[in-house]
Amino acid sequence: MHELTTRLNKLFPLGELTEQRADLAFVSVARESLRPLLQQLRDQEGFTHLVLLTAVDWIEENQFQLTYLLSNRSEACDIGIRVMIDRDEANMESIHDLWPTAATYQRELKEMFGIDFPGSPRIDEEFILEGWVDLPPYRRDFDTLKFSEDTYAQRPGRETLDPAQHMKDQLYPVVEE
Amino acid sequence: MKDELKKRIVKAPNGVEFEVEPLRDYYCEAPPTVMPQAYSKIVEKLFNWARSESIWILGFGTGCGAIEMRPLMTPRFDAYRYGVQWRPTPRQANLFIISGYLSVKTLKRAIRSYEQMQNPKYVIGLGSCTINGGMYWDSYNTIKRLDQYLPVDLYIAGCMPRPEALLQGFEDLKKLIRAGKAEGANQYAENFEWYKANQKQVIKDWDMPDYNW
Repeated sequence: MHELTTRLNKLFPLGELTEQRADLAFVSVARESLRPLLQQLRDQEGFTHLVLLTAVDWIEENQFQLTYLLSNRSEACDIGIRVMIDRDEANMESIHDLWPTAATYQRELKEMFGIDFPGSPRIDEEFILEGWVDLPPYRRDFDTLKFSEDTYAQRPGRETLDPAQHMKDQLYPVVEE
Repeated sequence: MKDELKKRIVKAPNGVEFEVEPLRDYYCEAPPTVMPQAYSKIVEKLFNWARSESIWILGFGTGCGAIEMRPLMTPRFDAYRYGVQWRPTPRQANLFIISGYLSVKTLKRAIRSYEQMQNPKYVIGLGSCTINGGMYWDSYNTIKRLDQYLPVDLYIAGCMPRPEALLQGFEDLKKLIRAGKAEGANQYAENFEWYKANQKQVIKDWDMPDYNW
């Protein structure tokens, strides 16, 4: 893993590097060098499999983190590429021509996080949700509890107990003198 | 509204052009009606006995509860000995088990399936998700109270109920039917407007006819 990142660092300016395990590392790159980096990894370094493409909402920094996880099957190691993008009017270049499966991930990110991938196949179609009108639900500023209380009828009488306190009361009842 | 449901001009193979309005032409517009009782009380009782002894379940599993129905079809629990069996289409079934959480997307299909079933028909809500949302109490796309959208005759509580609980539920449903208390389909017909309003409140992209059997 270390040789690989040293090698890549000569070609692209790599950001922060996290070596999670001997066979798993994460690197941050700028958005411009993502595509050449992915191409290099796919065609020269044997990372032929796109395992997943997912996003993290860093609302405090007003950024989305996209994680492209690639796998090298013959070496049995994985590398994750982290790209930070702006949260307002979030959009990213599509990579569906490198891995056709990316189109599905990109559709999901469009629906769940509202990140646009212009040019990706069927990107504007509904993916899982039907007739969704609110904020994209995986964004952290979407209040899922408030939405569910406003939208769906609730049955009155439901009470929520604190598990620790409840078990304490059950197991060690207070004996009245 | 989906494109295939819009009014359009269709060209037949013989070259004749004609207008198609799918919502009117392909679906029934008439709302459901209340099924009257038999002409005499004793005959209605006989009917109810017969209904209770032939419970045919629609094989539509909506949540994790669907997995609890599989053992019932196998020799270990063998629900068939109670006159209960599973059918592949709504037309052949008279019991709809909502087996767990219902997302809004599945609710749409569940409503269509329920309306396609023929009277007499019954609904069982299985598991706590159908009662008050269960562990999906704060989820953004599951409903919390099934009885707002479909008429429920019987709830089976648990998360998930064991197959034995389902067998007990079938026996309880039989008692309800024999007592003439399983009138969910008639309630649905009587309060049709109320049910439709509730359904449309959560299904934001209503793209089907109001009643579509």
